[in-house]
Amino acid sequence: MVEFRYRTDEVTEQPSVTLDAFLDQSNATAVRLEPDDDARALIPFLDRLTLIEVAFPKFREGRGYSAARILREAGYQGELRAQGDVLVDQIAYMRRCGFDSFAPEASLNPDAVARALANYDHAYQGAADSVVPIWKLRHG
Amino acid sequence: MYKYDNYDQAMVDARVAEFRDQINRRIAGEMTEDQFKPLRLMNGLYLQLHAYMLRVAIPYGTLDSRQMRMLAHIARKYDRDYGHFTTRQNIQYNWIKLEDCADILEELATVEMHAIQTSGNCIRNISSDQYAGAAADEVTDPRPWAELLRQWSTFHPEFSYLPRKFKIAVIASPEDRAAMRLHDIGLELVRRDGELGARVFVGGGMGRTPMIAPEINPFVKADDLLSYLEACLRVYNRYGRRDNMYKARIKILIHEIGADAYRRQVAEEFAHVKTLGIDPPLAELERISAFFAPPAYDAANVEPDRHDPDFALWLDQNVKPHKQAGYAIVNISLKPIGGIPGDATSTQIDVMADLAEKYSFDELRVTHAQNIVLPYVAKRDLYAVWQALRDAELADANLDLISDIIACPGLDYCSLANARSIPVAQKIATRFADMDRQLDLGELKLKISGCINACGHHHAGHIGILGVDKKGVENYQLTFGGSGAEDVSIGKIIGPGFDEDGVVDAVEKATDVYKALRKGDERFVDTYRRVGLEPFKEAIYG
Repeated sequence: MVEFRYRTDEVTEQPSVTLDAFLDQSNATAVRLEPDDDARALIPFLDRLTLIEVAFPKFREGRGYSAARILREAGYQGELRAQGDVLVDQIAYMRRCGFDSFAPEASLNPDAVARALANYDHAYQGAADSVVPIWKLRHG
Repeated sequence: MYKYDNYDQAMVDARVAEFRDQINRRIAGEMTEDQFKPLRLMNGLYLQLHAYMLRVAIPYGTLDSRQMRMLAHIARKYDRDYGHFTTRQNIQYNWIKLEDCADILEELATVEMHAIQTSGNCIRNISSDQYAGAAADEVTDPRPWAELLRQWSTFHPEFSYLPRKFKIAVIASPEDRAAMRLHDIGLELVRRDGELGARVFVGGGMGRTPMIAPEINPFVKADDLLSYLEACLRVYNRYGRRDNMYKARIKILIHEIGADAYRRQVAEEFAHVKTLGIDPPLAELERISAFFAPPAYDAANVEPDRHDPDFALWLDQNVKPHKQAGYAIVNISLKPIGGIPGDATSTQIDVMADLAEKYSFDELRVTHAQNIVLPYVAKRDLYAVWQALRDAELADANLDLISDIIACPGLDYCSLANARSIPVAQKIATRFADMDRQLDLGELKLKISGCINACGHHHAGHIGILGVDKKGVENYQLTFGGSGAEDVSIGKIIGPGFDEDGVVDAVEKATDVYKALRKGDERFVDTYRRVGLEPFKEAIYG
């Protein structure tokens, strides 16, 4: 269940299909990536997708962070959802990688999430969000 | 050295607040230990055999006297009055209480220090040459580059849940004092057509599968470096093995797909990443470099008076040439005979801080061999420095000799260890305590690990010792021929292992063989490489 969403458009009602099913011929507009899936396979189809769900079966699974950035760097504008073992202290990193909705398996304390997201005013490095890296602030 | 601006300070302050919140949620039961573990680990907090251990970052091993005194203060106030300097140029405190952690980090933040990413499956503290800025053979000071990497890697959103930990070293000299090619990424700064850039080596490491990093790129320009490293890391994050933690380091990926395939993938990823505009302008490297400008040298080039033989011995062994006439690099050994390698009491830490302030332009370095360096000492002050060190029991003249042992904490502290390391180091140092004997053996790098994870760098020892558990009994395997320097190599196991006293005897026999067979000024490792294992094996097992 989507617990946190940082978009204003309508939630996609269509259930997401697997990457294999999608590439097979599907005209689905929502797809789900498992950690082993290559996010780049979706790049030709980004215009028609409204939801990409990225699975985090374990919080230690870090491939989804790269998948998210790859999709955003390729221009994907639709909803990018982290689903699975998503914990409070991962959400800020996930936001920076381009995720804008979260469906944690275990419900999270909204206050803790808000605190985690507000904790840092700046970031050292550029990523997939709109945060201006510190080096750029230093050099105008 | 580098000074935080408001952005840097806000970062560490926010981290203290965040970690305090995380600890509180753990104590309140909102998080399981399993969920808390990666968070505390990303903050250098380990649960060891007897207590929590906190590892504090010393970026590229550089610190000033104010920071050094803070380390002493923490040892006194929150630990058992000592700290342990590590092979990653950091410091560890072995007896920390969870409820004190946030306060400790808050105190550290007041002197621009932290424990960020000193553990966990993320980019760890960047290490470097302990003689940076002072070495006669460097093409540039590597530390501004290391600081650039520190900032880039801090809270990196994509690379904080890597398959495994990730270590980067930066050097800028042909002589490798930082075991550069035994890192996940090793950078050697070089000059090409007048321009500075980095040779990039990827996929080195020790652990249970030691590997020497192959060169992946002969020259990456300064303003491409972060993009190139992002590409290196992204390929690893996507394709590094996650099915087996013992095969998850980048060295295994590169070994399995081959350096050429990895190089191609990185080149493709780099071509894309470079378009994203994530590289700071050269002005940022210049801004950082200004903090590392040479100090205001003013000493005449006078040779110290060598009439005191103990002082002369220390001069010859622990003091190294400086790029600036009139100055010298002083190595402070944390390897007293019978002591614990890398340990220093709070009093000793304060003494070293005082000496740095008075005699070394307020700077100290931590070395990967677990010693301390005063990088800018005027030759006219060497005798005074030596006297003060002697009074603090810090004047052992054994740098790079057989008693200058690297040892991991071993089974005395570590929950991963199979065997004790410290008592073996103590016994070997005691066996070879005689100074004439040590000097006769010359440079002999002996390194001890208490388990296969190789934190004591045994693979890189001229003589390496690996402690294993053999049916409930501690057993020690010997390796010969390793090196972490520019002649980098991985040691080879010589045969069946020994018990604790047996391994000390075997080391002694090996040194006897060396003495009998050496030619000219060959070091132990040179003789071993020339004559091979057989004569050693015969003497030890025959």
